[in-house]
Amino acid sequence: MKKPPKKSSPAGKRKPGLAGEIKQAASHDRQAKYVLRLYISGSTSKSGLAVENIKRICEQHLKNRYDLEVIDIYQQPNLARDEQIVAVPTLIKRRPPPLRRLIGDMSDLKKVSLGLDLRMRE
Amino acid sequence: MAQKKKASQTSFKTLPKAATGIQGLDEITGGGLPRGRPTLVSGGAGSGKTLFGLEFLVRGATQYSEPGVFMSFEESIPDLTKNAASLGFDLERLVADKKLFLDHVSITRTEIEETGEYDLDGLFIRIADAVQRVGARRVILDTIEALFGDLPNPGILRAEIRRLFGWLKQKGLTTVITAERDRPDRLTRHGIEEFVSDCVILLDHRIREEISTRRLRIVKYRGSTHGTNEYPFLIDDQGISVLPISSLGLDHAAPAVRISSGIARLDGMLGGKGFYRGSSILVSGGSGTGKTSVAAHFVDAACRRGERCLFFAFEESPRQIVRNMRSIGIDLDPWVRKGLLLFQAARPTYGGIEQHLLVTHRCIASFHPSVVVVDPVTNLLMVSTLNEVRSMLTRLVDFLKTEGITAIFTSLTAAGGALEASEADVSSLMDSWLLLESIEVGGERNRALLVLKSRGMEHSNQIREFLLTDDGLRLLDVYLGPEGVLTGSARVSQEVREKAAGTARLQEQGSRRRELERKRRIFEARMAMLRAEFEAEAEIIQQTISESESLGEEMVQDRGRMVRSRKADTSAYKKEGRAKAARKR
Repeated sequence: MKKPPKKSSPAGKRKPGLAGEIKQAASHDRQAKYVLRLYISGSTSKSGLAVENIKRICEQHLKNRYDLEVIDIYQQPNLARDEQIVAVPTLIKRRPPPLRRLIGDMSDLKKVSLGLDLRMRE
Repeated sequence: MAQKKKASQTSFKTLPKAATGIQGLDEITGGGLPRGRPTLVSGGAGSGKTLFGLEFLVRGATQYSEPGVFMSFEESIPDLTKNAASLGFDLERLVADKKLFLDHVSITRTEIEETGEYDLDGLFIRIADAVQRVGARRVILDTIEALFGDLPNPGILRAEIRRLFGWLKQKGLTTVITAERDRPDRLTRHGIEEFVSDCVILLDHRIREEISTRRLRIVKYRGSTHGTNEYPFLIDDQGISVLPISSLGLDHAAPAVRISSGIARLDGMLGGKGFYRGSSILVSGGSGTGKTSVAAHFVDAACRRGERCLFFAFEESPRQIVRNMRSIGIDLDPWVRKGLLLFQAARPTYGGIEQHLLVTHRCIASFHPSVVVVDPVTNLLMVSTLNEVRSMLTRLVDFLKTEGITAIFTSLTAAGGALEASEADVSSLMDSWLLLESIEVGGERNRALLVLKSRGMEHSNQIREFLLTDDGLRLLDVYLGPEGVLTGSARVSQEVREKAAGTARLQEQGSRRRELERKRRIFEARMAMLRAEFEAEAEIIQQTISESESLGEEMVQDRGRMVRSRKADTSAYKKEGRAKAARKR
């Protein structure tokens, strides 16, 4: 199976320090850094769609301040257990708090932005 | 019965089954749950669904080398482990031994937003991975319907659950799916039973008259015959036990060995040899008629033979029984100390009828007695209906016969009631029936015993009075009066009368004998007289004869003298004589 493309912001590889974290949380959500994990299962159409959709949304609204990792639970079933993944695709918004789970192919933009607490301008 | 067996055997060929290892369930289902197919176990809250699944899984892993996966949608793994421990299952060890895999599926509804179509691949993958890790053959989904509360879009969920069941079936996994039954008119909250076409089991927990009973019913079992009744079941420290534990059958051996009842004269009433070994004996009677004493005699005799006895006491405590029996000269204490006699005492109300049956089975299985006493069996009626007691007794009697155990059931009959009719139901199960009665005559109450029936042997039809003496139960001789058997004082007076009559007879005999003697003496006296007369006459006759003889001689002598005196020629006589002699020559 083709590993889905992984795209993350330059800072995504590095964990932000505690001080930075607090600063980020305190600041406006426009500056807040997003940590997102998308769990998919192989190359199903729903998975592909979800990956496409979430990337577009992130690029549009969270440019340069998001860390998105796409995880194929077929490859790592343990992660599915650890993260309590049942429905697929599932997007987990780890940061900023609160923790949110978005399930489905991310085609409902309104619900995705609601779940990610984004302000839709466009 | 034979038909049923045959049917289940043939279906076994067509439909492979996975033994559950749950006591009694495999008998009802004819071998277990459909192998490689999903089974729905439905029931209300607290009906034992999870434990059912757990036991199916654990028994599979431990007894049938079929590892399993437990997908818990409600309880956490620590909770599950704790619950399993209460059934005596060590989940942690089974997990460590890779015989079991536990996975807790937990989703918090509030965190979730639905953004489009989804599927349950996450669940599929988790199950597939778990199955692969332990090489599972069995899977439990407990309770998958919880997902309806966690995930949006029931339409998708239903379709996905259907797909999951199909997938599990395709993988050949024997699956138990538990579901909560919230209304009596449907099996599951969300109608998932329509995806499970093979086997549906319903669990029920109800309280009646403050006694709780659990029941199990097989609603559906495609391609297999199954018991259709509601079967009581229990959950205790040894897991689930569905009753009957043993299947019903009439194919037990019938030993021809006879064993003593412990009362010699009772043995006499039973064709001289006592009861059959392995038979079931009912001892019924009103209160205070000596039922327990009869049972104690039997127990005592068995212990003397070195046999083990199990005594279920539902009325008296063991100490009380031992003390009371000592008063009639039976000392049970040494047998208890030797370990030959075991008392199992409990108030019948401490549990339901199923509980009792189960405890009975367990005790018998662990103690291996050759004699069992249930005293009194009627106390079980306090906790159940006649129907259930009969059903339980049928199972118990069946079980005991299969094991070749001789059993005495005492039965308390209501005073003054129709003694025999009230127990007709129970008595048909019994091989021998001793009826103890109180006979009230002349202002007193006396005990009497009757062998009402005893299958397969000649037995006395007499009603016999008995006494409970210092030396045990003593059957008395029968005295029949104009109104039947005489007991108590009536018997005693009859005894006296008979004694008097006997004396009179003796006296008469004496006088007859004396008369005979007198007559003999008279006869002998007469004989002597006649003899004397005869002898007297004979003497006279003899005398006459001898007189006449001597007279003849005198005459000859006289003639000679006359010849001589006349000087007659005697030579002439001489010549005559010679001539005669010459002629002869």
